[in-house]
Amino acid sequence: MAATKKGKLPLPQELCVQMLQLMIKARVLEERLIKIYKSGESYFWIGSPGEEAWGVPLGLLANKGQGIQHDFMHLHYRCTPTLVAFGMPMIDAIRLMMNRATDRSSGGRNFSGHYCYPEWNVVPVSSPIEVQYSMAIGTAWAQHREKAKGITIVTGGDAGTAEGDFASCLVWSSRKGQELPMLITVQNNRWGISTSFEGQHGETHIADRGKAFNMRTAVINGNDPIETYIRLKEEMEYIRKTGKPVLLEAQVSRLYGHSSASGANPIPDYDCVREFTSLLLKNDYISEGEVSKMYEQFEAEGRDAQELARGESVPQGSEIWNSVYVNNENADWRNF
Amino acid sequence: MANMAQAIRMALHVGETALGVKDIFGQDVGAPLGGVFTATQGLARAWNAPLDERGIIGCAMGIALAGDRCVAEIQFCDYIFNTIDLLKMAGNTHWVSHGNYSMPLVVMTPVGAGIRGSIYHSHSFDAWATRLAGWKVVMPSTPLDAYGLLLSAIEDPNPVLFLKPKALMRVRGEELLPGEPSDERELKNMIDAPIGDRTQWQAKWPNLDESFRVPIGKAKICREGDQLTVVTYGRTVALCVKAADELKSEGVGVEVIDLRSLYPYDWKTVRASIQKTRRVVFVNEDTEVTNFGEHLSYRVTQELFYEILARPRVLAGKNVPGIGLHPNLEEASVPYYPEIIHTLREVLAEVP
Repeated sequence: MAATKKGKLPLPQELCVQMLQLMIKARVLEERLIKIYKSGESYFWIGSPGEEAWGVPLGLLANKGQGIQHDFMHLHYRCTPTLVAFGMPMIDAIRLMMNRATDRSSGGRNFSGHYCYPEWNVVPVSSPIEVQYSMAIGTAWAQHREKAKGITIVTGGDAGTAEGDFASCLVWSSRKGQELPMLITVQNNRWGISTSFEGQHGETHIADRGKAFNMRTAVINGNDPIETYIRLKEEMEYIRKTGKPVLLEAQVSRLYGHSSASGANPIPDYDCVREFTSLLLKNDYISEGEVSKMYEQFEAEGRDAQELARGESVPQGSEIWNSVYVNNENADWRNF
Repeated sequence: MANMAQAIRMALHVGETALGVKDIFGQDVGAPLGGVFTATQGLARAWNAPLDERGIIGCAMGIALAGDRCVAEIQFCDYIFNTIDLLKMAGNTHWVSHGNYSMPLVVMTPVGAGIRGSIYHSHSFDAWATRLAGWKVVMPSTPLDAYGLLLSAIEDPNPVLFLKPKALMRVRGEELLPGEPSDERELKNMIDAPIGDRTQWQAKWPNLDESFRVPIGKAKICREGDQLTVVTYGRTVALCVKAADELKSEGVGVEVIDLRSLYPYDWKTVRASIQKTRRVVFVNEDTEVTNFGEHLSYRVTQELFYEILARPRVLAGKNVPGIGLHPNLEEASVPYYPEIIHTLREVLAEVP
């Protein structure tokens, strides 16, 4: 953590407490999603426990809104904390998890964590681990072309940087005179499903790859919300000011394995929520009673949301042709 | 008369001046070359992308997500294969987001044989393309259709793949584009970049009819006939028309349908024609196993089985890994005139 001495934290108390509250909310929500999976009420879980200290500051600092004057968010499937910081209610994630017809991200079509919020420029999250890096080029290009205020933020895991799209992102964003306003980020949890970092990386830091492109780079402790907030703020200000890209690597934990595919069981590692709670308690920024209340509040919200979603309708097979084309133009060849 | 490259160029000019196209990009698309087939010369919004197909498609998708219109090019369809999952994603974005986002973009790419292009400049993509659900797929065979289809593609709110039969890019049409000067030398002087230094050159665009469209999903009957239907598109249209004309001189009526849109396709026109002629051949040059013509042939057997007099046939490229460079190899690999007319005669001769 950035500081341990009482009363000397480099961010204001109100902001620290807000971050902790959102981190706890994101954690409680993810653990609720895992419970839904394990109780047989969903088919698959994938998410972000362990990345709250990274995702929450990102969500707080992004210029949230729709269109190129706001930041575009090309997220991957471990970004629930960012959405929570944006203000996403728990019920949204739970409806997505339980494939309800009311799921506003995909109408029951996609996995957990695969969010989509046009009003916040959160473009559809997809399962391939690399494609967001090449699509992000386009929103950044549109922002560059129009000299817009917004920047493009793209996230991904360390394993996904082996894909060519990551290299595409570095090439396209760093061309001299045509640099793109992009915050290119990698959340390095040191695993790609079961492949260790050492199993696919020779570079010391993934961020070092940006140096070959004359790109500003940063490696941060993504388990520390204070460091993350301060460094992200600096890097975003640089991008907004210069229109040039930054490659930022955040080192994070993966507390429940990859997904349902690896069992979704707790794995001992540095727990940013627990550690940040201790830090704020130690600095009298918050009391144990207030922390308990946060957990109670979010547990209740999650429980109630699950109960509500349980009773909601599910998608119907007759709807598979909906939204193949815009305005539901017929796409079924049987009706051509 | 304009050739297809000029027609595409003029459609893109209308796109950038009247239809909100903000970016036209791809490898060598911008100045000075203006595309390997010159289809993007003189355009204000054309620029050169890095030689990175995934970057090109990803960038186009991002531009669309940002709410802008663009036309991206993959220089030859032979190089589009490493973008296939991005194409899949462009096709599923509207569906998977339950209508939250749309993907209004056009990807154009030259396809097919006919220029002695060897292994990596002769491939077809239409069969692959029609497996990309969520896309619309079009393929003109004349400059006028190229002009009208591309304008429709640009306006369409869905992703549209615009397949350019490369062997036809230099072929002049038989119909003037609306607003095109009747003297082809005048057109050339206006919109073809000069040889040599082009730094000061600017195109002088004719006063084109910006409202002209060829609707997506509408086929064209190129020759009317009542004894055999041939359904084709792209490079093989002219070959099938030639065959129909030869058979007509023998007193045989062959109806040739240029499908123009592969998806959605004009089944009503195809069906009505087959019901009239009761015999059908589907001709295209992509490889023959899981060929798009097989889908159409399947549909004929399902809906018109008891009405037809002969087995539906699919004449397509041989299922070999590439198109060999020597003419003997190319002509044995994809449908050429002798094989087409031979197949038509076989189907006409078949006795139920």
